[in-house]
Amino acid sequence: MSRAIEFVFRRKGGKGWHWTDIVTWVWLIVGLFVMFGPAVWLTASSFKSPAALAEFPPTILPYVTQKVTVEGYDKPLDLYTAALEDGSAATLAEVRRIGTVSQMVDPEKPTEIIKVNIAKRTPVRQMSFATENYTEPFTHFDFVRYLWNSVFVTVTATLITLVVNSMAAFALSKYEFRGRTFAMLLILATLMVPLSVIMVPLYSIVSALGLFNNLWGVILPTVATPTGVFILRQYMLTIPDELLDAARMDKASEWQIYWRIILPLTAPALAVLAIFSVVWRWNDFLWPLIVLSRKELYTLQVGLSIYSGELNVQWHFILAMTVVTMIPVVLVFLFLQRFITTGIAGTGLK
Amino acid sequence: MGHIKLTNVAKSFGAIDVLHDINLEIADGEFVVFVGPSGCGKSTLLRMIAGLEKPTGGELAIDGKVVNTVPAADRGLAMVFQSYALYPHMSVRQNLAFGLENTKMPKAEIATRITEAARMLEIEHYLDRRPGQLSGGQRQRVAIGRAIVRRPVAFLLDEPLSNLDAELRGSTRAELAALHARLSATMIYVTHDQIEAMTLADRIVVLRAGRIEQIGTPMELYNSPANRFVAGFIGSPHMNFLEGSVEPSSSGMAVATFAGGNRLELPVAASSLVKGAPITLGVRPQHVSIGSGADGIAAKIKLVEALGSETILHTDVAGQKILVVAQGQHNLTPGADIRLSLSSAPLHLFNEKGRRLEHAV
Repeated sequence: MSRAIEFVFRRKGGKGWHWTDIVTWVWLIVGLFVMFGPAVWLTASSFKSPAALAEFPPTILPYVTQKVTVEGYDKPLDLYTAALEDGSAATLAEVRRIGTVSQMVDPEKPTEIIKVNIAKRTPVRQMSFATENYTEPFTHFDFVRYLWNSVFVTVTATLITLVVNSMAAFALSKYEFRGRTFAMLLILATLMVPLSVIMVPLYSIVSALGLFNNLWGVILPTVATPTGVFILRQYMLTIPDELLDAARMDKASEWQIYWRIILPLTAPALAVLAIFSVVWRWNDFLWPLIVLSRKELYTLQVGLSIYSGELNVQWHFILAMTVVTMIPVVLVFLFLQRFITTGIAGTGLK
Repeated sequence: MGHIKLTNVAKSFGAIDVLHDINLEIADGEFVVFVGPSGCGKSTLLRMIAGLEKPTGGELAIDGKVVNTVPAADRGLAMVFQSYALYPHMSVRQNLAFGLENTKMPKAEIATRITEAARMLEIEHYLDRRPGQLSGGQRQRVAIGRAIVRRPVAFLLDEPLSNLDAELRGSTRAELAALHARLSATMIYVTHDQIEAMTLADRIVVLRAGRIEQIGTPMELYNSPANRFVAGFIGSPHMNFLEGSVEPSSSGMAVATFAGGNRLELPVAASSLVKGAPITLGVRPQHVSIGSGADGIAAKIKLVEALGSETILHTDVAGQKILVVAQGQHNLTPGADIRLSLSSAPLHLFNEKGRRLEHAV
């Protein structure tokens, strides 16, 4: 532990603060807030009640006004600290508010009404986690079904993506044929066509294939990605051709060369593509929204949009479910992150 | 088994011809070495025999069967690559088994073959390791093992020793020779190292710029090189060449003058040479001796390399460099004038086209 502290606080030249130390610290702390701030705020806010969410100025942590049961009143009353006319402060419960005047009672003496200007009272607050934001969607709303749809789409699309893209990359990196460079450029050029441009023709194709309102209609149009082909091809170029020659001398078929030699050796790049693909498919919103119109086929992201109605947005549920949908992506990252550095570094020119 | 015949084989990559008109017959059990400078096409020739490249002309036959269109896997050959090309994600055992599994051989048979090869190459202890955990020499053995388990009709070896350090190269060379003696299989070996070629080969094929310059046993190549290129390529340090021209002579023997007006009687009848024609004399550094007194050719020492058992002298004879390998140790310093004697040296004579002039040595 002391060594860790020593490591963190180590400074240039061993002693004194060099200006680069200060820049480093400021840079890293700002970076920490920029990267982690939204995630932390999202997670904290997902435990707020709808009232706390609507509050201004907003708080980071979930607070609620403390309530107290006062004799003679059916409902629990909100507690406030009020500044009285004689200059003293007292903890009072609010009965009702009329205009700028709040009628309050002392919980000890419930019969006596004290009038306080609303500017002179502040709520007594305590931290409270609204866990029902999480539990209610699971009971009232078909969360499990949406989760299953999302998992099915993500896993299937990722597996097909890996197989299809690695086959294309294998051909483009290890076979000499006329138009190889042209084919590669053509694939890369499709990177420049945004989804919104091809949405309508894609929709008619999916519709003509009878894949409308079918999870396969979400999966199939997304599996071939130029990014994936590019990452894998660049990686495969670094695998020596002599290995393929050796396999050919060893009576391996071209399929075996692909499956037993190339694929295992491309594992780092495949892991990177797997991460990308999982994140893409999991976060996909627009395309599933177009293809899926039956509620029981919704993926999580589409399902979440139910909570934002025309007149009323249920932010507390949206925030809570967003946290839940983040979890798988974070887990995938945790498991595959060690491949990212080797994989991304390996896609460079070599 | 293992009889390979090439007839007028040619290869071009697009417009570039890399091999021309290769005619070669390799007998069963023979150890043939392809040697030549880099880019001469020796590796391409080997890859063509292996089936990894298709010849663009001519005919390639193994055991009397034309195999031009037979894929690499079905030619019954095994190859050892320069980089070894071991599958990095498989254990040594899996590396050895991969080729056999692809032929759908029974598991028990595969196991016995691997055990046998592992024992022969002394790699039993690391059968379960990955290639990355082995040293260069061990990887080399595994690569050879992968060829042995296939029991091929011929082994093709593409510069298999070039990635080893000098000491290991020497011992592995001896092991390869022993292996060839034990397996008595045809082996074709590509190298640019003439020591490997000289020590291992039954016959050497010298290639240059896609053509065969000479085929012969190592001693044939050393003693009677067919042309100037082979003469310069085989032997270390390389042969000295002296440019000269044929002179009129009074005796029956031809005489040549070369650098600095030195005259030398040639061991060839004067009648067989055209007077005034340019001629190249080749003499191996080992055959030049240091003369005494005023006899011989005047030379100036440029550099002395004393190796203990022998001394290599870099000398200058009227602008032409001549290397001399003198046995033993000599007390000579750079800048000194000495006399060189060629009187006892076997001379190699080449005409202006670089072809050997036959004569009695």
